[in-house]
Amino acid sequence: MKNHKSLIVNNVCKRFGDFTALDGVSLEAKKGKVTGLLGPNGAGKTTLINIMTTLLKPDTGSVTVEGINVLKNPSETRKQIGLAGQYAAVDEYLTGRETLIMVGRLYGLSAGLAKKRAQELLERLDLTTAADKQAKTYSGGMRRRLDLGASLVATPKVLFLDEPTTGLDPRTRLQLWDTIRDLVDQGVTILLTTQYLEEADALCDFIYVIDKGKMIIEGTAGELKNSLGEDIIELKVKTSKLEEVEKILKKSINKQPELDKPTRSIKIRTKTGSDDLLKVAEALKHSKIIPDELSLHRPTLDDVFLSVTGNRQDNDERH
Amino acid sequence: MNGISNTAQIIKRNIKRNFRIPQLLIFSTAQPIIFLLMFNFVFGGAVTAGVPGDVEYINFLLPGILAQTALFGAIQTSIGLAEDLNKGVIDRFRSLPIARYAVLAGRTLADSARNVFVISLMIFVGFLLGFSTQEGLLNLAYSFILVLLFGFAFSWVGATIGLMIKDPETVQVAGFLWVFPLVFASSVFVPVATMPGWLQVIARNQPVTQVVNAIRHLTQGGIPNGSSYIWITLLWIVGILAVFVPISVWLYRKI
Repeated sequence: MKNHKSLIVNNVCKRFGDFTALDGVSLEAKKGKVTGLLGPNGAGKTTLINIMTTLLKPDTGSVTVEGINVLKNPSETRKQIGLAGQYAAVDEYLTGRETLIMVGRLYGLSAGLAKKRAQELLERLDLTTAADKQAKTYSGGMRRRLDLGASLVATPKVLFLDEPTTGLDPRTRLQLWDTIRDLVDQGVTILLTTQYLEEADALCDFIYVIDKGKMIIEGTAGELKNSLGEDIIELKVKTSKLEEVEKILKKSINKQPELDKPTRSIKIRTKTGSDDLLKVAEALKHSKIIPDELSLHRPTLDDVFLSVTGNRQDNDERH
Repeated sequence: MNGISNTAQIIKRNIKRNFRIPQLLIFSTAQPIIFLLMFNFVFGGAVTAGVPGDVEYINFLLPGILAQTALFGAIQTSIGLAEDLNKGVIDRFRSLPIARYAVLAGRTLADSARNVFVISLMIFVGFLLGFSTQEGLLNLAYSFILVLLFGFAFSWVGATIGLMIKDPETVQVAGFLWVFPLVFASSVFVPVATMPGWLQVIARNQPVTQVVNAIRHLTQGGIPNGSSYIWITLLWIVGILAVFVPISVWLYRKI
């Protein structure tokens, strides 16, 4: 292997009439890793997925999947990839088993092999009890799993999951996460889009954030969080003590705390989090004040996401 | 070879689907039956006056209803494709390594299979209403094949419209927009000779009149130059396929 990149997207542009859906987007996905594509609604996530999975042709740019030029050789590409779409494209009037067998046959498996593969997938995705019921009776989570199953029939090398857990309840979402982790353990390369930051945090080895057709930031979840620079010390005390505590903090660590009276909270942004936390605790103990809550946390992906997608327009204006 | 096996899988899927949506099956069979009953009993008496020769109205009407049934089937092709597009099923198919024409051929052929069922039913109900063929069962079988081919060709017109409009409900309305004029401005229900001159020109030359007259010739005889209608119908079928198969495959590719 001369490189370990299963997927390379280079400078892809796509316009629909006057609307620029993608404006010079590039990304790479490492083999056997989960790469996340985050962005608000209408950012261009699904357009990019459609281009990477041969459903749509870009105006310019190139896409390579497992060394295959996607634009020049879409049919070869389709043999390497699996796609589970945004709306769980299941055939309502077919049973789960029938769907999986049909997809297997369409991939060119023999009738016997397709049956065997369908059974394997039904077991793996915990759909055996509903296997012979029509999919219209399935819950949202079962539909997602069946849709995922259909994308796994031909054991794809690269799997594209377009918002796989949108609209699922928390328990079902966690189950799907487990399934995704299993796939990664088997060496499948996954590219997933999501609107849920904790999902990206939990699953993705590397994250791209896209907004208005442009990549605006990329990195591991940790790197993205660190990009905001500072950790946050947060404490809650009784309203009557707020101002006293503010003074104590100011003196002990020599930083201006941010006061929020309605939530009784005081926040301090700091680059030396643990050190400052100890100082804060010591000063409070010395003054015999016990806060209701005291914590040190890194910025969440939400903080990062809001700061990058919210500030982008200002940046544009500045340039 | 691969494409044929792909198509076979899609046909299988669509046929299952057609039979598992009871509403669809009931209405797609009830509709032509109601038309047959309505026109036979309501208009039968009034129209017979204009029907050439001594032909019973049911014998005049049934060939028309068969063609109408085939055309209504084409609307189902549009709706079915538009639904699959909206549910993301087509995206799933398009992400698979299968022949580009397989999804469309699978749809039109499955709809033809449904036509086999519905048209047989229409002929059965026709017999109950007193339909009789003067030209033997073999010619009735030819009529059956001809109207099936006719329906298959128009199914590709339906596919084209479904892929162009994409929204199932709009497709349904649009379907009546093109099918009703074709059915009514033809010899399906009444003899063309009763229409105003300008409409006669259209009605006499459009494909539905050709196929209906061909079936009347095959089942009742007595139409001057009757067999020419068969050839003209076959030409229409070939012509429609030659135009609409490439257009719809092209539309499918660039969805």
